[in-house]
Amino acid sequence: MRLFDGFKFTKIKTPIHLLDPRSKLVLLCVIFILSILFSNLLLFSVIFIVQIPMILLAKSFKRWIFSLRGGAFFALLIFLANFITGSTLTFSLTMMFRFLVLISSFSFFFMTTSPDDLGLALEEMHIPYALCFTFTTAVRLVPTMAIEAQTIMDAQRSRGLELDKGNLFKRIRNYMPILIPLIVLAIKRSIELAEALESRAFDVSKKRVSYIILKLRSIDYCVIIIALFFLILGFYSYFFITLPNLECNIRLAEILPWKLW
Amino acid sequence: MITIENLYFTYPNGKEILHGIDWEIEEGEFIAIMGENGGGKTTLVKHLNGLLKPTHGKVLIDGIDTKKSSVASLSRKVGLVFQNPEHQLFCETAKDEILFSLKNFGFNEKIAKKRIKKILEILNLTRYSDISPFMLSGGERKRLALASVLAWDPKYIILDEPTIGQDHDQKSKLGNFIKQLNSQGKTVIIVTHDVEFVAETKPKIVLLSRGKIIATGSCTDILTDKKILDEASLLMPQISILINMLSNLRVEQKIVDVFEAKKILEKFLR
Repeated sequence: MRLFDGFKFTKIKTPIHLLDPRSKLVLLCVIFILSILFSNLLLFSVIFIVQIPMILLAKSFKRWIFSLRGGAFFALLIFLANFITGSTLTFSLTMMFRFLVLISSFSFFFMTTSPDDLGLALEEMHIPYALCFTFTTAVRLVPTMAIEAQTIMDAQRSRGLELDKGNLFKRIRNYMPILIPLIVLAIKRSIELAEALESRAFDVSKKRVSYIILKLRSIDYCVIIIALFFLILGFYSYFFITLPNLECNIRLAEILPWKLW
Repeated sequence: MITIENLYFTYPNGKEILHGIDWEIEEGEFIAIMGENGGGKTTLVKHLNGLLKPTHGKVLIDGIDTKKSSVASLSRKVGLVFQNPEHQLFCETAKDEILFSLKNFGFNEKIAKKRIKKILEILNLTRYSDISPFMLSGGERKRLALASVLAWDPKYIILDEPTIGQDHDQKSKLGNFIKQLNSQGKTVIIVTHDVEFVAETKPKIVLLSRGKIIATGSCTDILTDKKILDEASLLMPQISILINMLSNLRVEQKIVDVFEAKKILEKFLR
């Protein structure tokens, strides 16, 4: 459950936390686009390493490690799935790093941006209020659901359920008694929330004004300009230059002493 | 016997909830753990079946250290019924819900069927045996959650907030049922704020406040001690408040029972 700590906002005052949510959103989008556009191991490692000082500056390193540790299992799975099915070592590592870069950049973003600010930022970008609200509520409910999942797990373990017993398929099935109550509760909560919102005249007035007004400072403009610069650079090099890459074209079939297929 | 020795517990986020609890629970006792919200009641009972392991100190269940045993094997002895039945019901029928716990503890089908029938009868749920737990009312679901724990016949039974969401009638039935369980030799521990329910069922009381046991004693002694109740953010039962207000009549002050109060007041009214 500590995985969720890596995506949870904590209120501390660091230069990163004080950045405007919009500039952080731009940064996130640029990293996202670059990591989808390219499949270059060297580039991914650079993006990954560049994030570390920013995360240290945001005093969130420990929690960032939690999110990575949570993602490590899937990262390994991605690597193995690629490597075993005959991809080169570089390609498999690239796919794994793409996943890690995405996980870590999202974790960085959500750790340093409060859901309220994010909602405001989306509103300023003229996204319909109902949509912004849905998004921020979803973000906000993640920790609540994590606590709920823990309680459900405790309740079922008290009824003799042993989660880590049996083979892989049995273990997956062991999670059914946890998933069903969790989903039922989530649906119930969303219905209750909808009723509560409607009874408070949600989204009736078309012209909403906001108490807090976001303001871009010069540092925010810097961040946005740097991010956009790299985005343009990225697009330029995508079409006109071949980026250097770490090459290691070993395949699993080549290093095994016997023939696999 | 359950022995708790110098129990300290800190959550992974660094918050210390329990600070040095020493407590012995004898077999056959009927105990209510009371105290304010966030005082550590639920954290404490989660130690009794090994869901949480002490940061310092020990919890021994019949001599077995909870640190050295699995939740499943401890739960066979200590049945813990959670506050909210929605956190545990997931099967297609009420019957299956009880079967789930019995299967986990390795009961064979024949015995399981017998037990299911019996427990559904006792808790007045027989007519719902083939109905989805999600179709039941709040109180019925709560009883079903209780049934699914009682079915495997644990030696110690812990009920976390059993009276929440129950109407008055169900509450008094539940009270009678708990007393009946206790008289059959089961050790019953309830966690509650419901002073009226406690005054009616009269267990021994353990008061928990800010992670420490601040008082233990008989129901009458604790529930009429205003100072100590204040410390744990609890109110006296209504009947005790009434007697307390009538203190100038110079009557016995330690009253939590309605019938005793009736006797005293009748004397004055004659």
